[in-house]
Amino acid sequence: MSAYRALLGKDLRVELRTFRSLPAMALFAVTTFVIFRFGLDRTGLEGSLAAGVLIATLLFAAILAVNRLFVAERDEGGFELIRLAPIDRTWLFAAKTSALMIYLLVLELVVVPIFALFFLDSAEGLLPLIPVLVLFDLGVALTGTLISTIATMSTARDLLAPLVLLPLLVPVVIAATGAAEHLLSAGGPEYDRFGTWLAVLGLYDLVFALVGYAVFDFLLED
Amino acid sequence: MSAETPAISAHGLARDYGERRALAGVELALAAGGTLAVLGPNGSGKTTLLRILAGLLRPSAGEVSVLGCPLPGETWRLRGRVGFLGHDPLLYRDLTGRENLRLAARLYGLKPERAEERIEELLSAVGMERRGDDRVAELSAGMAQRVAVCRTILHDPELLLLDEPDSHLDPAAREAVRALLDPGDGRTRVIVSHERERVLAEADVALELG
Repeated sequence: MSAYRALLGKDLRVELRTFRSLPAMALFAVTTFVIFRFGLDRTGLEGSLAAGVLIATLLFAAILAVNRLFVAERDEGGFELIRLAPIDRTWLFAAKTSALMIYLLVLELVVVPIFALFFLDSAEGLLPLIPVLVLFDLGVALTGTLISTIATMSTARDLLAPLVLLPLLVPVVIAATGAAEHLLSAGGPEYDRFGTWLAVLGLYDLVFALVGYAVFDFLLED
Repeated sequence: MSAETPAISAHGLARDYGERRALAGVELALAAGGTLAVLGPNGSGKTTLLRILAGLLRPSAGEVSVLGCPLPGETWRLRGRVGFLGHDPLLYRDLTGRENLRLAARLYGLKPERAEERIEELLSAVGMERRGDDRVAELSAGMAQRVAVCRTILHDPELLLLDEPDSHLDPAAREAVRALLDPGDGRTRVIVSHERERVLAEADVALELG
């Protein structure tokens, strides 16, 4: 557990010191909202369109962080440091997933209110959106950490992360938009099949947590 | 590991990168507490050998055992017992020297109070106590190398694997680093160096590659 705290603390400290991921993610998300606003020529969104714009924007912003997740480990020898140390390497998976999850939560704290200002008539659906976004973030963080590790070990790292990650995240996107579209309905939040979509998101997260736990150690091998 | 068991032994050790053979047929036996000098021109496989001994690379052929652990099968038993100083300092550039050493101390399971004591002791020994709070990115290559030496021996490893430990160091720093890496405590060491005369003078066994 000490290794987990040390590795997570390292990532958060470096991000707070350099701001290499979060500002870029936030700027990207806000710019995308502006593009949607003018591209769709709509000042208000609701239902599936609102959910789609929000979830797709968050997903693409997450890719920026996924691409940077293991840069220091690859370029500065962090992988070797961890491989030489007497720790369970799964702690690195847990720490990186947590760091990515924290980045996404902070991103949403900033950009979801901006999304509401840009597109929503009422902020009523935002509170029940929290569990949807938390489970969505966890799915993106778990899968993103796994794929980022594989991509880092590959020579086609810049291509591999988005090309492999996006198809893998399709179920998360479907479930998250499915849950969010009823919450962002014009007449206020509806809870039709809300529990089912949350269960799908939870199941996806559980599967990828188990896959990560099972394979991460092997991904770091020579 | 019994007294008779060599700290390092290798038979027919080879490593390929694709179709290129980087290391071929290495035979080696080093007693516990001994020093092995690894010599050879650039590209002869010195760094590859060191990385195999650290458990960071799998051999393509042959047998190798380090501190009683056959590799790569029991690499997990070797973790934490080796101090590895490679070409890269294995330091995060956006952390300070002290923060890097604290991170390494936690990964190696040192107790916080003992870790702080040990970090200060080592930074003082290499003359880095005043620059320890500077980010590694702001340090010169020689200063980063001094912090890397501290990181290598922080956890008091049984075996030191040192790839050009003097690189980037000025004469004063070289003396300080040598005193740390060879305190005469009978620790097993493998040193890769281009300084043939100096390294042969302190070696019990020499291995010429290439």
